[in-house]
Amino acid sequence: MSLSAAATSPDAQSAAVQPLLRAAALFCERDERVLFSGLDFSLFAGEVMQVQGSNGSGKTTLLRILCGLNSGYEGEIFWLGEDIDDNREGFLASLLYIGHRVGVNKILTARENLRWSSALHTPVTDADIDNALVRVGLAGYADVTCRNMSAGQQQRVSLARLLLSPAKLWVLDEPFTTLDVHGVKVLETLLAEHAGQGGAVLVTTHHKLDVPCELRRLNLDKQG
Amino acid sequence: MWLWFSKLGSPKWFYELSGKWLPWLVAFMVVTMTIGLIWALLFVPEDYQQSFTNRIFYVHVPVASISLAVFPLMAVAGAITLVWKMKLADMVAKCAAPIGVWFTGVALATGAIWGEPMWGTWWVWDARLTSMLLQFFLLIGVVALRSAIESPDAAARACALLSIVGAINVPIIKYSVEWWNTLHQPPTPLSMDAESANGPEIWVPLLIMIAAVYCFFVISLILSTRNEILQRERRSQWVMDIVAAERV
Amino acid sequence: MSDQSMPVQNSAAQVSTFAAFRATLRRDLLIALKRRNDLLNPLMFFLIVVSLFPLGVSSDPNELTRIAAGTVWVSALLASMLSLDNLFRADYEDGSLEQLLLSPQPLYFMVLAKNISHWLISGLPVVLLSPLLAYMMYLPADAYWTLVFTLLLGTPVLSLFGAIGVALTVGLGSRGLILAVIVLPLTMPVLIIGAKAVADASLGLPLGMHYALLGAILAMSLSLAPLASAAALRISVN
Repeated sequence: MSLSAAATSPDAQSAAVQPLLRAAALFCERDERVLFSGLDFSLFAGEVMQVQGSNGSGKTTLLRILCGLNSGYEGEIFWLGEDIDDNREGFLASLLYIGHRVGVNKILTARENLRWSSALHTPVTDADIDNALVRVGLAGYADVTCRNMSAGQQQRVSLARLLLSPAKLWVLDEPFTTLDVHGVKVLETLLAEHAGQGGAVLVTTHHKLDVPCELRRLNLDKQG
Repeated sequence: MWLWFSKLGSPKWFYELSGKWLPWLVAFMVVTMTIGLIWALLFVPEDYQQSFTNRIFYVHVPVASISLAVFPLMAVAGAITLVWKMKLADMVAKCAAPIGVWFTGVALATGAIWGEPMWGTWWVWDARLTSMLLQFFLLIGVVALRSAIESPDAAARACALLSIVGAINVPIIKYSVEWWNTLHQPPTPLSMDAESANGPEIWVPLLIMIAAVYCFFVISLILSTRNEILQRERRSQWVMDIVAAERV
Repeated sequence: MSDQSMPVQNSAAQVSTFAAFRATLRRDLLIALKRRNDLLNPLMFFLIVVSLFPLGVSSDPNELTRIAAGTVWVSALLASMLSLDNLFRADYEDGSLEQLLLSPQPLYFMVLAKNISHWLISGLPVVLLSPLLAYMMYLPADAYWTLVFTLLLGTPVLSLFGAIGVALTVGLGSRGLILAVIVLPLTMPVLIIGAKAVADASLGLPLGMHYALLGAILAMSLSLAPLASAAALRISVN
C-alpha cells in the first residue's frame, strides 16, 4: 500500500494528505497463532476501508487493537501523525466504535441509551436523538424499551450514534449482520456521507459493500 | 524496541544463568540445612519452660519470614509485568504464588504445632497468626484468579494487578489485626525480644536455618520458573535445541 | 490545533467530564430503578442472614447482644458481596463497557460514578435497615448511631474494593465463588474496625480512633480503588 509515498512527500503536500490513521508493523498473535505480522496501512480522510478475511483471521482483533481496547500487539498506531498512546484522549474524542456487542442496554429505552452514550463524548439534545432515530428508520421508537425491539432494531439504535457523534473515525465491526435490506441501504448511505464530509470508516463485513465513494480493502488472509 | 528486547532476551538469559547457579545453590542449601538442622535439633540447649517442640521454631521462623516476602515479590513482579510487559516477571510471579501458598501454609502449620504446648491449643487468634491467615487467603485469591482466566496474557495482567492491590492491603491488614488484637487479648509471649535475650547458641543456628530455607525457596522458584519458561517458549528455537539435545 | 484553542478545549473537556459522570450515574440508577428485584434482593439477603444467627447460635438476649455488632457487620459484608455482580456484568455483556472504556473522559470518574450508584442502590439501604436489625439482635441502644456511622463509612469501601474484584472477573464465563475468594480478604480490615467500633460503643469506650481509621481507609480507597478497577476493566475487555 502507498503509505510510504504519503509519509515522505514534501511538507506542503503532506499536510493535505496526512493519513488520519496509520498503522505501522502491527504484529499480533493469539493462542500461539500469528494473526498478522508486519501489517502496515493508512487510512485517509474521505475513505471507507473494508477489512476482509476469513473467520478467525483477526478482523475483530485488529479493530479492537486500533481502538485501544486490545493491548496484546506490537507495532505502532498513529492518529494524525501522533502515537495514540501519547494523546489517548484526543484520539478517543475522534473515535466512534461499534462492536459485535453493540452497547445497547436492553432495560433502557432507545433515548436513554443514546443520551448516555452521547454524554460520554458530547452531550446531545432530545431533538437530535429524535432526528437520528428517524434517519435510521426508528421513528416513534425513542421511548420503547430496547428489550422489546428486534435484534436489527437494536442494531439501528446503535447506528443512531453515528449521527449523534462528531467523531471523524468510525470503526464498525460487522454492522450489517442483523440489518434488513432497507437498513443496509441506510447504513451504506451514512458511510458514504461520512466519507464525503472528510471522515473515515473502518468496517468489517462479509456483506458486499456498495458505497458511492472510494472503497479500499484490507485483506487479512494475505497477511498471516 | 524495549518490548522486543525484554520479550526475546530475558527468559533465555534467565534460563541459562539460573542453570549455572542451580548446582551452587543446591550445594549451599544442603550444607546449611544439614548444619542448621543438626545444630538446632541436637545441640541447642532446651528451653527451661518449653519442651522439645520449641525446636520447630527453627523451621517456623525462616518459613514465616519468607511468607512475608512473597507478596512484595509478587507485587514488584506484577508492576514490572504491567509497566514493561516483561514476560519473565510474570513467569516468576506465576510460580511464586503457589510456592507462597505452600510456605504460608507451612508457617501456619508449624506455628500451630509450636503453639500447642505453649498455649495449650492449636490455634489462637493471635495478631500474627491472624494476619498470616488473611495473607494466606489473599494468596489463594491470586492463585484462583490465575487458574480461572484462560488467556495467559490477561491472567498475567489481572494477577499482577491483584498482587499489587493485595500488597497494598497486607500492611493495612497487619495493622488493623494488631490493633484489634491488642485491645482484645493480652499480648502473647511470641516476642522476638525473649529470643534475642538468649545467647548466640540460640540465634546462630537460626540464622543458618534462615539462609538454608531462603535458599530452598529460591531453588523452588527457579526450578518452577525454568519449567514455565520451557513451556511458554516451547516454540522458540533455543528451547527446541535444548529439547533436541535432551533427546539424544 | 493551534495553541490558543487549548484552554478553551480544556474547560470544555472538564464540563463534559462532569456531564459524562452525571450521565453515567443517572443511567445506572435508572437501570436499578427499572429492576426492582435487584434493588430488593440484597436487602432481603441482609435481613435473612442476620436472622440466621439467633436461629443458629442462640435466642438468648445476652448472647445476642454480645454477637450483635459482628453479626450485622458480617451480614452487611455478605449482602454487598451478593450485589456486586450487577456492577459491570450487564455492561460487559451488552457492550456498554466498551463504550465506557472508549470515552475520552477519564475512566476514573466513570468507574467512580458506577461505584457511587452501586452503593446508593445496595449499600445505603443496608445502612438504613441496620438499626432495625440491631434492635432485633438486642444491640445496646448506645451503639445504634455507631453502627449506622460505621456502616456509612464502611459500606462504600466494600463497594469500592468489590468493584476491583468484579472488574477482574467480569470476563470469566463461569466465575462461581472466585469473586468472593478475591474480594473478601481485601475487605477484612473494614470488617475488623467496623465491628470493633460497634462493640466498643456498647461498652462505652471512646471511638475517635475507629472513625479515624475507617475514614482513612475510605479516603484511600476512594482515590485508589477506582483506578485499580479501571485498570482491571481494561484487562478484562482485552
